Amino acid sequence: MPEIPLTPYARSLGIFVHGEEDGAPVLGFEFSSDVEGRPQHLHGGATSGLLETAGYALLRKELEQLGRAHRLKPINITAQFLSAGKQKTTYAKARIVKLGRRNANISVEAWQDNRERPIATAIMNILMAEPDA
Amino acid sequence: MAKELPPFDPAKTAQFLMRHGHSAKLGLIFRDHGTDWVELELPWREDLVGEVERKILASGPIISMLDMASGLSIWTRHGTFAPVATLDLRVDYQRPARERSSVFGRVECYKLSKSAAFVRGVAHDGDPDDTVATMAGIFMTIGQDSRNA
Repeated sequence: MPEIPLTPYARSLGIFVHGEEDGAPVLGFEFSSDVEGRPQHLHGGATSGLLETAGYALLRKELEQLGRAHRLKPINITAQFLSAGKQKTTYAKARIVKLGRRNANISVEAWQDNRERPIATAIMNILMAEPDA
Repeated sequence: MAKELPPFDPAKTAQFLMRHGHSAKLGLIFRDHGTDWVELELPWREDLVGEVERKILASGPIISMLDMASGLSIWTRHGTFAPVATLDLRVDYQRPARERSSVFGRVECYKLSKSAAFVRGVAHDGDPDDTVATMAGIFMTIGQDSRNA
């Protein structure tokens, strides 16, 4: 499995690479005070950070396999929170909905016990700029 | 009879909340508030960078700050501290923040209904008119069945 580089922010949150499924990295983090919002629950911002990191990890991997070099810039993210995150390990995996020449649309799901019941989902649009732009 | 609670104090509550959990991890700082808005600061920090080659804050901590400022703006407008949960949060990025720069998040609660709160806000790096990002979100009140409200 090729190594998936994580940003300083992702490492700081304790995000790890759990494995790979259908060519997509599965990332995760353990519950800790660092990702806690209201007592004993995940912070929505921390969950968003995991969703976003999983989206970038998949897009970077896909572009690398295609031999394409770009600087990735966020255009937007819309996150939906479906149920409260508990004191458990959280996972996230992304899917590329559209990979164009200049932009990509990516959907991401985060889950805990049951991946059929995600705790949060996100849609991200990412601009793929020239490497030195 | 229940003792009447003092009105919600955003500065005090923020300082309390930011000593714990994810907000403490990010080092969020309370800056200012109005009757329906709150501004927080996310100081630049090496370990919150989103790209290895550039010294720019990642977008994740900015989302977290806007989420936190949203909750505070809702309680400020409402006048009480009632638990809320994020339902939907959208962030549009206009440009990267400046290198090694703090990012500020100013969020306004523009509408409160019985069970939902509507917020909008900006992230900026010094000038609120030159935004790094704009955001909109919907929060639900929790711990109470809306049918009994």
